Amino acid sequence: MADTLINALATLLTFQHLLYMLLGVSVGLTVGVIPGLGGIAGLSLLVPFLYGMDEVSALAMLIGLVAVIPTSDTFSSVLMGIPGSSASQATVLDGFPLARQGQAARALSAAFVSSMFGGLFGALVLTGFVVIARPLILMFGSAELFMLTLFGLSMVAVLAGRSLAKGLAACVVGLLIGSIGGSPATGEFRMIMGFDYLYDGIPLVVVGLGFFAIPEIADLLRRNAAIAEGNALGSGWGQGLRDWWRNVFLSLRCSGLGCMIGAIPGLGGSVVDWIAYGHAVQSTKTDPKFGQGDIRGVVAPESANNAMQGGALLPTMLFGIPGSGSMAVFLGGMVLLGIEPGPAMVGADLDITYSVIWSLAIANVMGAGICLMLALPIARLTRVPFQVLAPFMIALICFAAFQATRDLADLVALLVLGVLGVLMKRFGWPRPALLIGYVLAPQAETYFYQAVQFYDWGFVTRPGVIILALLTVASVVLGLRNRVDDTGSAGSVEAGGTDRQRLPQVLFAAAIGLFFLWALRDALGHSFLGMIFPASAAVIGLAMIALLLPQLVTAAPGHKARFDAELAVTPDQGLAGMWGGIGWIAALVAGSAVLGFYAALLLFFPAFLLLRARTRLVPAALMTASAAGVVLLLAWALSLNFPYGLAQEHMALPWPFS
Amino acid sequence: MSKNLGITRRTGLAMALWTGVALTLPMSAQASVSFEGETIEWIIPFSPGGGSDTWARFNAPFLQKYLPGNPTVVVVNEPGGGSTKGANLYAARAKPDGLQLLGTSGSTQFPYLLNDPRVRYDYQDWKVVMASPTGGVVYTTPATGVTAPEEIGKLADQKLTYASQGATSLDLVPLLAFEAMGLDARHVFGFQGRSDGRIAFERGEVNIDYQTSSAYISNVQPLVEAGQAVPLFSWGALDEDGVLVRDPTFPDLPHFGEAYETLTGQPAEGPEFDAYFAFFAAGFPAQKLVVVPSETPDEIVTAYEAAFEAMKADPEYQSAKEAVLGTYEQVTGPQAQTLFERGTTIAPELRDQVVEMLAGEYGVRLGE
Repeated sequence: MADTLINALATLLTFQHLLYMLLGVSVGLTVGVIPGLGGIAGLSLLVPFLYGMDEVSALAMLIGLVAVIPTSDTFSSVLMGIPGSSASQATVLDGFPLARQGQAARALSAAFVSSMFGGLFGALVLTGFVVIARPLILMFGSAELFMLTLFGLSMVAVLAGRSLAKGLAACVVGLLIGSIGGSPATGEFRMIMGFDYLYDGIPLVVVGLGFFAIPEIADLLRRNAAIAEGNALGSGWGQGLRDWWRNVFLSLRCSGLGCMIGAIPGLGGSVVDWIAYGHAVQSTKTDPKFGQGDIRGVVAPESANNAMQGGALLPTMLFGIPGSGSMAVFLGGMVLLGIEPGPAMVGADLDITYSVIWSLAIANVMGAGICLMLALPIARLTRVPFQVLAPFMIALICFAAFQATRDLADLVALLVLGVLGVLMKRFGWPRPALLIGYVLAPQAETYFYQAVQFYDWGFVTRPGVIILALLTVASVVLGLRNRVDDTGSAGSVEAGGTDRQRLPQVLFAAAIGLFFLWALRDALGHSFLGMIFPASAAVIGLAMIALLLPQLVTAAPGHKARFDAELAVTPDQGLAGMWGGIGWIAALVAGSAVLGFYAALLLFFPAFLLLRARTRLVPAALMTASAAGVVLLLAWALSLNFPYGLAQEHMALPWPFS
Repeated sequence: MSKNLGITRRTGLAMALWTGVALTLPMSAQASVSFEGETIEWIIPFSPGGGSDTWARFNAPFLQKYLPGNPTVVVVNEPGGGSTKGANLYAARAKPDGLQLLGTSGSTQFPYLLNDPRVRYDYQDWKVVMASPTGGVVYTTPATGVTAPEEIGKLADQKLTYASQGATSLDLVPLLAFEAMGLDARHVFGFQGRSDGRIAFERGEVNIDYQTSSAYISNVQPLVEAGQAVPLFSWGALDEDGVLVRDPTFPDLPHFGEAYETLTGQPAEGPEFDAYFAFFAAGFPAQKLVVVPSETPDEIVTAYEAAFEAMKADPEYQSAKEAVLGTYEQVTGPQAQTLFERGTTIAPELRDQVVEMLAGEYGVRLGE
């Protein structure tokens, strides 16, 4: 075994193999930087190279790709508040406030070194466990998987914000959005309102961008300043390295968590960053500033999401079950290379496994090194006036959103959820709680149903279930003690408002209540198995609204449930400003519906730059041209057809307008 | 089945053309059709990374190499609605110029056969240029007391559990199979793929399962050797006349028809068997189809058929094909036509029978 391990390293360390790995790493870093693009887009770019390549080079390239996506996706999470991929959503919570305080370089370097550490840890675990992992993975049956989703949901306790009722209601909104589409047990379609698009549910990318990116863009546009307040980029990346070292044990624990969650097939990678973040909050005793720029909130998810890739390789290679989205892509690549995953990976094909592991380790070092070098120059982006940056970001998130299903409806869903996100931000409803609910809803429902089918109610007495239940209870107790408030500096008493000013937040809570009622009505139209999950969620949600509404109506100003960020803004940034950013995004979406995305983009850019950012004609033209060029290049490389607008329905237009 | 499976005019024509091409391979097509400088879009109505996507990405470079004029062949993913969205888009947009292909799968055929309201495509508007068959093996655990395929009768009065991806997914085939055999099988839904179901088998949560051939060979064969699994039967294959025969990959295993006879003592026929057979054909022997609009000129279709035939001789194709295609050969011409017809037609009364059974026993209401 040790021989095979050393031989695999020796084989890998040739110029040709490392060159291919560098190619994979470069593509991985690029698609990681662009929000919404991930391993799937990366594979489309690399597959044409796979033919005629030797196995080691090809695996080095593919692993290079998937290993570094969670490294570089940090850039947009920290710098723009836009999750670069689903694995970096939690990083936004503290990374972005740090960038706004002018400490982008510090946050980035801490993130990259954590990523590297997590990645190396993942490779190490893989080396030790790959041979004995099979029985361990088989220990997790549907009952244990259900308990794991409950453990994931327990993080809502940490992320519920100032008012627990609000937090739980937000989580229920997420659970209900997550149960749109086919029910796992019966295949009945729930809450689809007659839209074909909703049959498959709303894609994760759209939900992530809608709730995190759009409210941020709307907010930044309103302030009309650069992202970083003040001029200094702050103490540079040396500080970030020291931050990581000071929290090395946190990084280690989160790497372990990430690896474990990755290795268990079925939980999915999009929750690992939240669990790590929740753990960081629960375990921090000294001076927590989570939600307002605590470096530990960056170190934890970034350690976990890279370590997860190592863990996720276990079920991928041993059982052919992809532990995450990018692993599905890696699996496809393996099949194209003629490698069939299965027990042979730790038998006859052990050399392949070890070359995968070494590739993972080396790619993580490569990726983090390149990102560290780029951190300082890229962090300067935060000093660019935001109105100039904004059209690029709006174009980018729209482009990212319709990667999900390549449908105009992706953009409409993005806009609708974006409006909801803006309102939630305004009224202090915790969006992370919603996201956790959304991500875990399908798993919670499926595994619960399967566990009852397989084990009957007796599943609650299984030892694994009991252990996980105890962990969940501990997590809730710890979480309630250390709750994160992400409402930021505006979360002071005056934001509660006078009695007369509280109408908007009461109306919003009531509207959410109506949504729950509607979901309950929809659920009751289905069979028992199709209805029980959304109906239970809706009932819990209604109970929370029943608690919350009286608080909002009667409680004194300064009560923890009362919050309206609008009351803390200065009069010159009125309500119109709040909707300005959304208005521009809506214009781009409407333009796409009429003219198609590309033509709409060509009009949107100059319009925004000239009318809103008030740039001169020449720079506006140059920026439009460069954006058009980049989008075109991406679309061409991904062999992407833009969604049709009305114009395309009626006449044949040449690509990229078609 | 009332459907006439003899040689129709269209089949006859295709057969004649195809034979002509086959005789003069590979030059003749290049004379009449050239895709030089063109980009051919191969629409796959599934996400990247899955089986259909991998299949198309495997074939695309060879198609590029052997099509006259060496066009660029790109795989375009249009996922959604369990593949109905991409097929709908293709039906609405594709022109008969050979520049857009659609790669369908059993999951595209099934909703069509079941009259799912989301379906706005009609296989009658398309013609097949290539068909890619697949197969699979059903196996059980020795805990059922079964030690060899002949002992399948021991399953008759046992409670069986199967990990299913959904009643209208490809797992409809095992559902109808167990139903026809009179087995008492409970289908637990919500699994994400066959490998997911195999893990449930290894965990002991289910006691009957099937895997496609290549996954069976690499993942279940070791279990059989370790005494943890017992093969029961293969789904079987269709010969040139559309008759069910043993799967050439597993010549020693009985096919479903034989297992049916062993278990029930009845010949493999009757409405339940026919219902099974219609979906079996769409799900396995005709699982993956490459189609173009019917109005596509014959010289374009023959150019494609010639390219698919030529790629089979490519040594690179041969060395890599097993992991992607299993042990099956992709077919064109009359053989593909037979599979296409078998996999995309169903007698209305059989459809109603299946839809009623799904609604009555599994609460499946199509598209609602």
